[in-house]
Amino acid sequence: MEHAHQDLAASPEITFQHEPAANTKRIWKTFWILLVLTIAELALGLSHYAFHMENWLILFVKGAMIILSLCKAIYIVSIFMHLGDEVRNLKLTILVPLLLFIWFVLAFLWDGAAWKNLRNTYNKPASTEQVAPHESHKPGTLD
Amino acid sequence: MSTHVPVGYKWWTGGKSPYNVSYGKLMMWIFLMSDTFTFGALLISYGTIRVSHDYWPDPNHVFNTFPFMGHANLPLAFVSLMTFILIMSSVTMVLAVHEGHKRNRAGVEKWLLWTILGGFMFLGCQAWEWTHLITSSHAVLIDGQIQEIGATIKQNPFGAIVPGLMHDGHHVTLPGPVGFGGFFFGITGFHGFHVFSGVLLNILIYFWTRNGRFDRLGHYEMVEKVGLYWHFVDLVWVFVFLCFYLI
Repeated sequence: MEHAHQDLAASPEITFQHEPAANTKRIWKTFWILLVLTIAELALGLSHYAFHMENWLILFVKGAMIILSLCKAIYIVSIFMHLGDEVRNLKLTILVPLLLFIWFVLAFLWDGAAWKNLRNTYNKPASTEQVAPHESHKPGTLD
Repeated sequence: MSTHVPVGYKWWTGGKSPYNVSYGKLMMWIFLMSDTFTFGALLISYGTIRVSHDYWPDPNHVFNTFPFMGHANLPLAFVSLMTFILIMSSVTMVLAVHEGHKRNRAGVEKWLLWTILGGFMFLGCQAWEWTHLITSSHAVLIDGQIQEIGATIKQNPFGAIVPGLMHDGHHVTLPGPVGFGGFFFGITGFHGFHVFSGVLLNILIYFWTRNGRFDRLGHYEMVEKVGLYWHFVDLVWVFVFLCFYLI
């Protein structure tokens, strides 16, 4: 009987058969969670349009939307993509490399902010530049 | 679905795969991880350029139209519909995978058809959105002259409002940051291309299901693999939606 059970496996790499879920309850529960999270995100996205907010509050709202999106991602990967049902070796192989994103996001956004500071410091608008007028642009000379 | 592995089971002693999935499914996971880095790189470069500008268009002003609603100001309404369509198609896909576990061919066929329909609806919505952005014109002050322009990868009308300047009853704006169009069309286009190829794969496995191919094989694992890809497309949209429409 052990052999017959093994034949049903999709491939010889599978040592332990995944047991099919009995019903679709978990899928629909995840759907409702995703829907509620999306509606919450939309409400936050519209809130900083509908109401006047201080800069720190807008930053807070944006941070909240990022956290909600990460929650959605976890539900999609864990339940819909069934990564939560896989063995630990597979989970870690897929998830650990993603930690690089922490550094990517911090480093590149830091870089963007540095560009902005440099531009605002050195690319001043022409009208406020304090440069000695060129010989030909001195008052009284003809162009 | 669950997998019961004895506590302390030795995975690395040889003679078996330490991942407990088929080669094809493992490679699909590895591919999706690499694709995650591709999309991540695109979104992070967008973030870098956006952070480096003092001014960036507010998505609530850019994405505020809805088909057949004329000039009604409905910020984020249409993209919410697109998001709902994609979440729904992800649910129908996971239901197809569920029926596949039970080897129920009729169920797989039914849910795959709904997923294909959702994919086409999403692509249709994106086509409308792009067309609207490219063809609808706004009055923009360029080189001291008012010009009517739409949003392309070269220019866009989503700059700051020029105080006190009106044209045909509308505010005149400055040209928006050039990068906005390139990143928006580039990243949503790359995602749309993933949706399109996902729809093609879904259509392919729909016909394979109908032909009885998976019944002959004895398992519906191909539906799971294509399902992984389809959920990934939904997953990417979560972050495209966040970066372009919400933040």
